Amino acid sequence: MKVEILETDFEPFAEVSRYQNAMQAAGSAAGKFGAAAVFVGSMRDFNEGDTVEQMWLEHYPGMTEKYLQKISREAIERWDLLDSLILHRVGQIHPADAIVLVAVWSAHRAAAFEASRWLMEELKSRAPFWKKEALAEGERWVEKNTSG
Amino acid sequence: MTISIKFFASLREQLGREDCELEADSVQTVAEAWARATDNAAMPGNTLMALNMEYVDADTPVSDGDEVAFFPSVTGG
Repeated sequence: MKVEILETDFEPFAEVSRYQNAMQAAGSAAGKFGAAAVFVGSMRDFNEGDTVEQMWLEHYPGMTEKYLQKISREAIERWDLLDSLILHRVGQIHPADAIVLVAVWSAHRAAAFEASRWLMEELKSRAPFWKKEALAEGERWVEKNTSG
Repeated sequence: MTISIKFFASLREQLGREDCELEADSVQTVAEAWARATDNAAMPGNTLMALNMEYVDADTPVSDGDEVAFFPSVTGG
């Protein structure tokens, strides 16, 4: 299980590959998982009908990590996952940059699909992050996330 | 003997402050900490509260050494 807040751009699929290789090299999960589900959230260049030039992501250092670790432990327990990985950007972000990665590994696909969806919904509704968008007309805080 | 208060995101900008400290014996609950720290400002309806980095309600008791945070609806992911 790993949770990390990143201040610079990252390549989500390389991170999944690196993490899975390390997991297999460690031996504990090798041959045990039959399913990996990966969700990657990236920055759009539009929101609420406006063009967004860039964005700043703020978080609550300490609480954010603690919250993401808590939901990771809950998902591992509830769906009997073999492992999980959550990475999330903060700081200055540009369109097409990755914002969030959630990856889970399990014996069968149902658990992987369900756990990754649940983790993303928990993250979006409760993890203390805030987005501020830069538009041509100025800056604005994103007031709430879209419903799905 | 203090309680540490933090504000985040749009709430920090509206209040014009990031953090402050209160005398621990001057407040009993999270709601009182808000009132003392903001000079009785009205709390926006979407405000979330955390005590020592765990979500709590406004009537949760606070004590010496606690960290209380106030912030708007979260928008990560």
